[in-house]
Amino acid sequence: MQAVLDIISWLLLTAGGAFVLVGGIGALRMPNLYTRMHAASVTDTVGAILVLGGIMLQAGLTLATIKLAAILLFLLITSPTASYALANAAMIAGVKPEAGRAPDTEHDS
Amino acid sequence: MTVLFSVFLLTLLVITAIAAVQSRNLFVSVMLLGIFSLLIAANFLLLDAADVALTEAAVGAGISTVLFLGALALTFEREHRPTPHRWLSLAVVFAATLVVLYATFDKPKFGDPGAPVQVHVAPWYIEKTPEVIDVPNIVTAVLASFRGYDTLGEVFVVFTAGIGVLFLLSASHGHAAQRRPDNGDESKIGLRNDLIPRVVGRLLVPFILLFGLYVQFHGDYGPGGGFQAGALIAAAVILFALVEGEERTLEAIPRGALLALMVSGALLYGLVGVAGIFLGGEFLNYSVLADDPIAGQHLGIILIEAGVGLTVTGVLLSIFHAFAARDRF
Amino acid sequence: MELLGIYHYWVFAVLLMIGFYAVVAKVNLVKKLIGLSLFQSAVFLLYITMGKVSGGTAPIFLKDMIDPVFSNPLPQVLILTAIVVGISTTALGLGIVVRIKEEYGTIEENEIQEIDRR
Repeated sequence: MQAVLDIISWLLLTAGGAFVLVGGIGALRMPNLYTRMHAASVTDTVGAILVLGGIMLQAGLTLATIKLAAILLFLLITSPTASYALANAAMIAGVKPEAGRAPDTEHDS
Repeated sequence: MTVLFSVFLLTLLVITAIAAVQSRNLFVSVMLLGIFSLLIAANFLLLDAADVALTEAAVGAGISTVLFLGALALTFEREHRPTPHRWLSLAVVFAATLVVLYATFDKPKFGDPGAPVQVHVAPWYIEKTPEVIDVPNIVTAVLASFRGYDTLGEVFVVFTAGIGVLFLLSASHGHAAQRRPDNGDESKIGLRNDLIPRVVGRLLVPFILLFGLYVQFHGDYGPGGGFQAGALIAAAVILFALVEGEERTLEAIPRGALLALMVSGALLYGLVGVAGIFLGGEFLNYSVLADDPIAGQHLGIILIEAGVGLTVTGVLLSIFHAFAARDRF
Repeated sequence: MELLGIYHYWVFAVLLMIGFYAVVAKVNLVKKLIGLSLFQSAVFLLYITMGKVSGGTAPIFLKDMIDPVFSNPLPQVLILTAIVVGISTTALGLGIVVRIKEEYGTIEENEIQEIDRR
């Protein structure tokens, strides 16, 4: 039983790590601000669910699992809100959702 | 395995620091500083410093970023022109780096239990805490009881900073009246128009306040205490202010209440100390506060941690309002 | 373990000097404050690194602990105080920067010195 749990949590953690990596590469390589944000939000949601799920399986049925579930809930509520607020602010500031460099003024950093 | 984590986090720290200093856009620098604080908090956790990690995350990554952004909103968001390379400064800094790097070879071996820092006073504190104070968190015991004087000084430093910022930023300014273009335009205040942040913000504020209270009173049994709790409660009110706007926040917690919080916290701390004198002991001796010395210590620690939490909350919120409401103060 | 310790201390040295360079060489006042913040964080890293004991845990007594080995609690107490004092200083510094901007109209050090000279 323990071995099965170990294998499942190993799979979850690896998949979570892969999604986080994909999110990071996407945040660097995507052409526009909005697409980059979309890639980065993968890290916060799918990545968090898989990684925390893997750790929860490892922790078994203890208080730690409930705390991890609470952390996951909190992350799932706040990260999409942050992405929305960022995208909304960009929209209001005038960044157009079209391919090509996001017109940040004097992009130099 | 943790070796890999440590190395990775430390490398990220250096990269983030270089990026924060190099960037010409100050918003980017401030955001990178927030990321830096979070990374160094993770590092502290790997080095077994749980209380310090909590404080650094709450204060450094949370409050400090908000204060910088508040200041940036009142000044410029980019440097005016690229700094000309100061060759002399670079040379001096490089030479100093080499000196410090050379000094690292004489530092005590990492994790050595026989290093000088581990063998003088620390074993005495670790041994005496269960006997004299009987509180599981040794850091809280040392901070609140054994080294209570230092914490008293720290509370007064925080209080002084709050007063200082209020002095600096409450002088009314000539241009103040002209800088409010949206007088009475409700939809532009805070984030009122945006449904999602508003709903989620109002949903989260009570939970953050609850967690702040938990951290305040649980400082004896796990990582926590007055400073972290003060920063968390201030963060909850700042979230409310960002979502609902300055006016409603000042209606909810008026400026007078914030001043009262600031003052009463420091006063509570001082009074606990003086009560020790009146009850027959010395200043800040908690053992005489109750019949049983250990119960007295517990009472003293709870009271002064409450005082610290009150002052830190009041000061952080006063400073935030001083920056955010600059044209109305 | 030896190499990990050396790496910690080297990162401390590098962060210290990055912060120091920002304070000394940068012209923008907010950038200087950011550098000061980095400098302080590097010092915190040094102290906490020196307090770590290999095989130790966080200095909190838990139930059913037999012969626990704790990391040193004293540097942690010191750094807790230092973090709070650091942010107090930063807040006060930012207040001064805002007032300077209102009086001089700029927060670049060379331009402020120009205005003062006139």
